[in-house]
Amino acid sequence: MGMTHIVDRRLNGKNKSAVNRERFLRRYRHHIKKAVSDAVQRRSITDIERGESVSIPSRDIDEPVFHHGQGGRREVVHPGNQEFLAGDSIAKPPGGGGQGQGDGQASPDGEGMDEFAFQITQEEFLDFLFDDLELPNLARKKLKDTEAFKYVRTGFTTQGVPAKLDVVRSLRGAHARRLGLAGARRKKIKELEAQLAALKSAPDDLDAAFSHKDQIEVLEAEIARLKANVRRIPFIDEIDLRYRQHQKHPQPATSAVMFCLMDVSGSMTQMHKDIAKRFFILLYLFLKKNYKKIDVVFIRHHTSAKEVDEEEFFYSRETGGTIVSSALKLMHKIIESRYSPSEWNIYAAQASDGDNWNDDSPVCSKILADHVLPLVQYYSYVEITPQDHQMLWYEYEKILERFPQSFAMQQIADAGEIYPVFRQLFERKAA
Amino acid sequence: MTDIADRPSTPDSDQPRASEPISTSSEWTFELIQQYDDEIAKCAAEFRLDTYPNQVEVISAEQMMDAYSSVGMPVGYHHWSFGKQFLSTSKGYQRGQMGLAYEIVINSNPCIAYLMEENTLPMQALVIAHACYGHNSFFKGNYLFRTWTDASAIIDYLVFARHYVAECEERYGVDAVEEILDSCHALMNYGVDRYKRPAPISAVEEQRRQQEREEYQQRRINDLWRTIPKPEGDDDAIKLKKRYPEDPQENILYFIEKNAPLLETWQREIVRIVRKLAQYFYPQRQTQVMNEGWATFWHYTLLHRMYDKGLVNEGFMLEFLQSHSAVIYQPPFNSPWYSGINPYTLGFSIFTDLRRICENPTDEDREWFPDIAGSDWLETLHFAMKNFKDESFIQQFLSPKVMRDLKLFSIENDDQEDHYLVTAIHDDPGYRPLREKLARQYNLSYREPNIQVWNVDVRGDRSLTLRHIPVDRVPLSEDTEEVLRHVHRLWGFDVHLESVDDGAVVEEFHCPPKTVDEQ
Repeated sequence: MGMTHIVDRRLNGKNKSAVNRERFLRRYRHHIKKAVSDAVQRRSITDIERGESVSIPSRDIDEPVFHHGQGGRREVVHPGNQEFLAGDSIAKPPGGGGQGQGDGQASPDGEGMDEFAFQITQEEFLDFLFDDLELPNLARKKLKDTEAFKYVRTGFTTQGVPAKLDVVRSLRGAHARRLGLAGARRKKIKELEAQLAALKSAPDDLDAAFSHKDQIEVLEAEIARLKANVRRIPFIDEIDLRYRQHQKHPQPATSAVMFCLMDVSGSMTQMHKDIAKRFFILLYLFLKKNYKKIDVVFIRHHTSAKEVDEEEFFYSRETGGTIVSSALKLMHKIIESRYSPSEWNIYAAQASDGDNWNDDSPVCSKILADHVLPLVQYYSYVEITPQDHQMLWYEYEKILERFPQSFAMQQIADAGEIYPVFRQLFERKAA
Repeated sequence: MTDIADRPSTPDSDQPRASEPISTSSEWTFELIQQYDDEIAKCAAEFRLDTYPNQVEVISAEQMMDAYSSVGMPVGYHHWSFGKQFLSTSKGYQRGQMGLAYEIVINSNPCIAYLMEENTLPMQALVIAHACYGHNSFFKGNYLFRTWTDASAIIDYLVFARHYVAECEERYGVDAVEEILDSCHALMNYGVDRYKRPAPISAVEEQRRQQEREEYQQRRINDLWRTIPKPEGDDDAIKLKKRYPEDPQENILYFIEKNAPLLETWQREIVRIVRKLAQYFYPQRQTQVMNEGWATFWHYTLLHRMYDKGLVNEGFMLEFLQSHSAVIYQPPFNSPWYSGINPYTLGFSIFTDLRRICENPTDEDREWFPDIAGSDWLETLHFAMKNFKDESFIQQFLSPKVMRDLKLFSIENDDQEDHYLVTAIHDDPGYRPLREKLARQYNLSYREPNIQVWNVDVRGDRSLTLRHIPVDRVPLSEDTEEVLRHVHRLWGFDVHLESVDDGAVVEEFHCPPKTVDEQ
């Protein structure tokens, strides 16, 4: 017929609606953000990394149009009559007859829903979670990044400084060269030696005309010449030398280490730790959006500090007093031994109920100012207490004055405040 | 399920059956789709179905969801409401609440229809028959489509609209454009000329004229507002009484486009775009029963014809009939699945019965349809398809038999009464009133509130007054104030809406809302 054109469109873009979907999410970002922030508080920490179901009241997303309301007189034709006769009257259901069969204004989608529910992806969930937040000091680090180089091995070269001489590679080259140069001669020597041996073992003819002696002499001379030749091949030559070649590659700082410092002394209840945990999780997710590789170091302390694994960090109990500086010292030590600031972006979050041995607080502030803060991108302190502050808080306030760019502190009284406080700590700093 | 052997006879049905069906597997290939289409086209030609050329596009389920959410526009401008549509479509699909087999077809030339790759071959054949020959011939033949839409221009126009909107977004920001579109969408159903024939849309023409329009339109509007407020003289008293516009205007968007004092040129152009699209969709909204009924009648008839020719086997027909009966299933009013009359069922029943009336008329048919009973059925069906819309089609062709088959009855709900009243059922005294009531149910101006532009206070505060004429005291819904806010955004000055029943104002809406003192 030729009238019909059949086209395979399956390979064409399938996300024609992506922009419209994005427009929808954009328009309802306030609703979605609220759902996300509710979810952060409600969810268990282990399943924070998935999408979320969002419900928006239908009336908020309705597209209003002029249409008929309830009331007046209307007549509607229906199918499937069973026993009605003309003139029958049917009692209206009590309450105005909202869903009586006489009500003709059914929406085209069937029954109206009170909620419009849809799924956002994990990616979108995190975007909304961290929307408007900016990684502190990321800009500054980026500048640094361009100066951060890493030498990457890019094979071998024939020229270089002795320090970069690769002995194995060079000897292997020499060996190959020797084999290459001497191989044919050694083979020849072997052949000649075999002939020689054969001649020598055979009974010599007494007739000089048929004697092997000449032959043996010739052979011996030739073998000697060849062997001398082979010996003259140098064991290692200048052309054998191989040097390791390195090139400077600009190294984006894509790794971060996150230090979690927490007071686990007797005054910290499980509730305190739970709040702290959520805070750390937020920080972790936040960093994860910006760095490829993240190490997490857990340091807990009471009167002394200890590096522990996550389980022990959150769930083992201690009793006794508190010396915060012990944790700061340990953190500094770990940075020096394992996390060179030239390679790592260092973040720290400290959670505490504010309790500290009073004489220790000035020590803390000194360690922070002199040793820790110069090394880290950002240090945040959350004090989980509904009560008045103690000495540590006031010491830290002084730090805040001196390091407003890399230090932040906030107080959290209950779980509902974690997210707002987190946002305050990490809100975009005006340029 | 319909019995295959019991099908209505078709032309040349005594023709011997071909020996080999086209295929026996339900896996489709492009070659098979081509073959089926060729054969379906031959059958369609036997029945004189006149169509635009077809463009069949094979797409994936995700693409089908995209197509669903763009409300039948193959190319659309961006708007959050389409995203909302997409979210609810994909949710429904993932939950399995919704099959995507049927059927999106674009009223364009060539006529674009989508086949979903997941479908079996019989389903593909069904969709081809339904969309490419049923709907397509309806688009080409029905007077509303012929009058109001230009199938050859729509795609170009959609492309123009998309580019224009995108350009505005770039220049004026997504939010500003979204606001205007929101407001236009709220009035989309009031952006059509119901009685006047508009110039058919044409992209080339639009683009050519858009430039000059930009220049002259603003001038024209400025003139309107400059010349009207003349110094008030006593002898102008009569003139003062004169309303502007002199006659009520049903096309609110058109009135706004031409007269809103504060709209910028690009905003006027966007009003125009939405208005043009409303006009394009208007025939579809008025012919849902007919269009679906016609397409369903033809997929049923064409595939039976294929069976008669031996081109498809029993297995094919079983699968096809299963889908067919699902499509035309009408849950009764008291079923939990009931959501009003199924337009496929109603339309299919009327067209099928129309054929029966022509071929095997009863005495009742001769009494009810003296002109049609015993006439050439194909002629009659084509005539019905071409010259009616849902309202008049039902009024003209809904037979007592169909009313009995569907067991139709009507219920009156009067808020001043304690009881619902059964006003008519499928019996002798009931047929005529029932038919009238059902026809009226498909009259758009009865389904949607009658609201028109009544007056602009050109000498005073420039406020716009709309007038609503209620029918049977049915009031406006609670959305009204929200819609009025949109009118206000477009108009730029106060907007009033009064419901006037029998000369008396029964309800008023104002935007901004009036304070207690003002009332």
